[in-house]
Amino acid sequence: MLDVKQLSARYGHVEALHLIDLTVGANELVAVLGPNGAGKSTLLRSIMGLTSSSGRVTFAGTALPRRSASAIARRGVVLVPEGRGIFAPMTVAENLQLGAYQIGGGGAEFAARLQHVLSLFPRLKERLSQTAGSMSGGEQQMLAVGRALMAKPKLLMLDEPSLGLAPKVVAEIMETLGRLNAEGLPILLVEQKAPLALKFAHRAYVIANGRVAAEVNPREIKSYDELARYYFS
Amino acid sequence: MTSLPATIFRELRDPLNLVRHLPTLLAVGLVLYAIVAGGYVVALAGFALIYAVFVTGLNIFMGLGGQASFGHNAFAAISGYTSAVLTTSYGWETLPAMGVGVLGAVTLAVIIGYPTLRLKGHYLAMATLAIGLIVYEIAVQWQSVTQGYTGISGIPPLGIGKWEAASDRAQLIVLSLIVILAMLSAWRIRNSRFGRALVAFSGSEDAARALGIDVARYKLAAFVVSAVYAAIAGSLLVHIVGFVSPEVFGMSMVIAGFTMLYVGGIGAVVGPLVGAVMINLLPETFRGLKEYQDIIYGVALIMILIYAPGGFASMSTLWRGAPSEDDTIARDPGLAVNALEAKP
Repeated sequence: MLDVKQLSARYGHVEALHLIDLTVGANELVAVLGPNGAGKSTLLRSIMGLTSSSGRVTFAGTALPRRSASAIARRGVVLVPEGRGIFAPMTVAENLQLGAYQIGGGGAEFAARLQHVLSLFPRLKERLSQTAGSMSGGEQQMLAVGRALMAKPKLLMLDEPSLGLAPKVVAEIMETLGRLNAEGLPILLVEQKAPLALKFAHRAYVIANGRVAAEVNPREIKSYDELARYYFS
Repeated sequence: MTSLPATIFRELRDPLNLVRHLPTLLAVGLVLYAIVAGGYVVALAGFALIYAVFVTGLNIFMGLGGQASFGHNAFAAISGYTSAVLTTSYGWETLPAMGVGVLGAVTLAVIIGYPTLRLKGHYLAMATLAIGLIVYEIAVQWQSVTQGYTGISGIPPLGIGKWEAASDRAQLIVLSLIVILAMLSAWRIRNSRFGRALVAFSGSEDAARALGIDVARYKLAAFVVSAVYAAIAGSLLVHIVGFVSPEVFGMSMVIAGFTMLYVGGIGAVVGPLVGAVMINLLPETFRGLKEYQDIIYGVALIMILIYAPGGFASMSTLWRGAPSEDDTIARDPGLAVNALEAKP
């Protein structure tokens, strides 16, 4: 589905990504792990066209434009950014409407997508008329994921969805992601909490210093010390 | 989508909402009082209504789109001067002259907006400030057309065909109708796909792009739409006053517009009207204080911005103690619910 080849990105003189190769297959949930500052968020931003980069990214067999996030989103690649990126002054309903921006804010297709999202996150149904900024962190993360799902993604990318959330809420969100993946949605998940990500992932890449330090099969990992070695490689 | 009258009715059913919308009701009441009472207050209300249109444009670009512009006086000047020259030198009627003026302002907005809107924050503010200053200098130097500081006088009043809004009251009624149209259109914009996209990228450009919103295109569109309001205000100003000189569209217009926007409530559809009426009438309230008038006026503005940072339109938060769920009457939280209910 997603094929990343030789992806590199720089912030001025600092090389944030160096010749990254990565794939996400159909129906796969792939985790990207690594310490702070390893380049995980830059990787997602580069794939999404939000950060300038070199290399080649293809999705469903066609190359993605390198600097047009809106064009990439129209191809069905949707990112839930770090820090959620919800539109705080808007209501939950308006945020969800923006998720379905490409089909407009109404109609049967919109209603069907909305019903699907509200069935995944029933708490959002109670909050539709509430301003998004006034919700709890967990609810905001649900909204961020729900908004992304309103776009009916062909590939969902999430940047640290567990950041700053209570374990119970994280579990709820991760279980929903696992269910979506089981229904056939490919997911690329950037996550610092390795045990959490590996519980749901089919494969994982460990990134350190902007490079792929290892590609691992979660079921073959005997201990997290083994992962930690890659972190500090 | 819920209609505007239905939204207003829903809002005013709750006595607490009546209190919340007191500044708006007060502003509307003052304009109605001016129409009935006549005299000096008519002129003040007229200026307030013209500025309400100008600030509505600023509100779309700044309040919804989260951008900064110190140069919208340029669009008002282009439209105002075009209207003045076409009606006085070439004998055009008011409406077509205004139309050409607005078209000129839109053309300039597209030409300068395309490169300028790549800038952000302070840089964008400085670039737009430069545009305002350049247009001001052209108005001063291009004497064969603008007559420089002497200005152009004898500009006909607003009118359609043979009918002219000759009396102060008639002008005020026409201006009131234009402001109602401006508010309604701003409300429609806020609740449209376009409006939601503006609010989205004002919060996070990256998040908006990641949803497929073409931020650069919408920024330009917001700039052009806001220029249309500024241009209409510019033409209205010259036809109401009957005179135009470069000072009419100087930096004072930008400063007044900003003050009205923030005092009224940036981002709120009714904010420009409330701000324009308050800022035009507040100094008159302190006229009895003579030499202390400006000091008290300044202190009053500071107090308003400290205790109601969202402007008069958000004053409800003062006694609610929580963010207003609906700081603009434009919000339509039932959209998604309606869509859900509409599903067969």
